[in-house]
Amino acid sequence: MPKQSPIPDAMDKPFWDACNEGRLVIQNCKACNLMQHPPQRDCNSCGSGANLEWKQVSGRGKIYTYGVVYDSPVALLQADQPYNVAIIQLAEDHEVNMLSHLPGVPLDEVPVGATVQVIFEPTQATGQKVPEWKVVS
Amino acid sequence: MADAPAYGGDGTPFSHVSMYRNKEGLGVWEHKGKVAAVGIGHSPTSRRWDGTPENTVGAWAILALRKAIEDAGVRPDQVDGLVLDPQTTTGAHWPAERPVPMDVVNAFNPSKDPLDGIAKLSASWILKNMPELTNVKFTMYAMGCMTNALVVAAQAVGDGRTNTCLVLKGWHNLDGRYYQGGANAQDTIAGGAKWTNLWAGPACFTTATQFQAYCKKYGKSHDMMAPYVVESKKNGLNFPEGFFAQNRPEPLTVEDYLSARWVAKPANLYDNDIPIMCSSAFLLASAERAKDMKQKPVYIWNQCSTDALYYGPQVEGYSPKRAGRGIISTLEDVEAITDSTGRKMLEGAGITSKDISFENMYDGFSLFHQFHIEGLGYAGIKRGEALDLYQTDISNDGPHPVSPSGGNIGSGRTRVWQHTDSIQQIQGRAGARQIKKKAEIGVSGGPMPDGGNFLVWSATPS
Ligand SMILES: [Zn+2]
Repeated sequence: MPKQSPIPDAMDKPFWDACNEGRLVIQNCKACNLMQHPPQRDCNSCGSGANLEWKQVSGRGKIYTYGVVYDSPVALLQADQPYNVAIIQLAEDHEVNMLSHLPGVPLDEVPVGATVQVIFEPTQATGQKVPEWKVVS
Repeated sequence: MADAPAYGGDGTPFSHVSMYRNKEGLGVWEHKGKVAAVGIGHSPTSRRWDGTPENTVGAWAILALRKAIEDAGVRPDQVDGLVLDPQTTTGAHWPAERPVPMDVVNAFNPSKDPLDGIAKLSASWILKNMPELTNVKFTMYAMGCMTNALVVAAQAVGDGRTNTCLVLKGWHNLDGRYYQGGANAQDTIAGGAKWTNLWAGPACFTTATQFQAYCKKYGKSHDMMAPYVVESKKNGLNFPEGFFAQNRPEPLTVEDYLSARWVAKPANLYDNDIPIMCSSAFLLASAERAKDMKQKPVYIWNQCSTDALYYGPQVEGYSPKRAGRGIISTLEDVEAITDSTGRKMLEGAGITSKDISFENMYDGFSLFHQFHIEGLGYAGIKRGEALDLYQTDISNDGPHPVSPSGGNIGSGRTRVWQHTDSIQQIQGRAGARQIKKKAEIGVSGGPMPDGGNFLVWSATPS
């Protein structure tokens, strides 16, 4: 599904660069041993930015829940309405989640609880790759 | 603060983190019963600005403030404080290429910013255009919501920084479809929106997924929302100050609700609130000062907030914190946060959930109202039981009125009706919405379950 191309900024550039290399990296606080996404200046738990690092994760996750979008204000998404949007919980830490259109899954038939694997799709405007997720079981 | 000059450049400070009670275990609010709401003022409502000076958000703010002053029965020169939200957008922003109509700007005493009074409201613009307010010594910005402004004003009055304080929230809405255009129309996306814009879009999406998870966890269905939404619309039609009562007085039936188009399934059209224009004001005073005013004082027993402040980036001294560690707050996140909010609200007021006569927790979106009231244990409910409560008599004549104001669903997006109604219920002047049971203690607040500000109102000071 066509998407807007995200424009990286200083804080999230390592995430988007990794996507272009086919790797999923998540911000992690070494002091708290907690990941967070999207990246922030400081750790959401201890409030310090001193111990933040980028951690590569397996790219495995689980479908937590989903919605079906019929009326998106984002112009690029409107041609594909209605479409699924699932919330993916990372295998390494269920409190970290990301969104997915779940390519290949029929409308409103999202297998909640199923295992998914990350893939990286190029976006049209800049070629920036973005994470998407495929059902594997 | 970086964007302070955008609001008149008048040096009005933003609220400070020390004014918020956003932790559990703080005990009873030190100003419980010592601050009261007395006066209420509302402008008319409309869907969008008609381009005339008399119907700008600024003109309507002046109108609402004057009504609140008159309603309380004070002289304008007795007002010594003003707390307001300088942002007035419903999501509609003034297009950069669109010239600002100078006839409108010059119909008022303008500030340095031509959009002041049209698409924003600074304290200095208000004071310049209300020359009768000769003694305002305390001004403060509280961003985003009337609820934020009310908790900040309540704390300021309790702390003695102002004794007779106006609290203002205005909303402007302009031509064009809500949120269409701007960054949403581009083929690239920068900033924080990128994390959701690539996939989702509609504002109700997150709430829809939380509701989806809720239904799965507790075996509930979207249909079970119908009695609550229909009742909210009914209460809205009994709210003469509200949008639907004034502009579209048609009732909603269960069939209408169940056949409405989806926006982000399981959120349909009627689960969303409609962006409107309206300005609203309240007059708060110390309990001592409120005693001789025209209306019965409604005492504030508690003001509190979620740990992660929803308007955190604009709160002085606060290091913004997110509600969770993912893009989307999950059902588990919102349940934990609304449990905590419920405990904070009761603890700070020194009450139990049994003491609450009625609830006006936020509803813009309808699909998260249950998180708020389950967290409070309203009507004795536990997690997963709110939709069962909705199948009982939740009307204003029944034992457990749910959202007697009708909220945003009933009267349009102001995030103000729930406070107006709480005050009016306790004052006994809610008219056709007056609850049959005695209105002794009410609760209101929002906006989001995972981020908001909350108030406990009472008929008596202690
Ligand atoms: Zn940390």
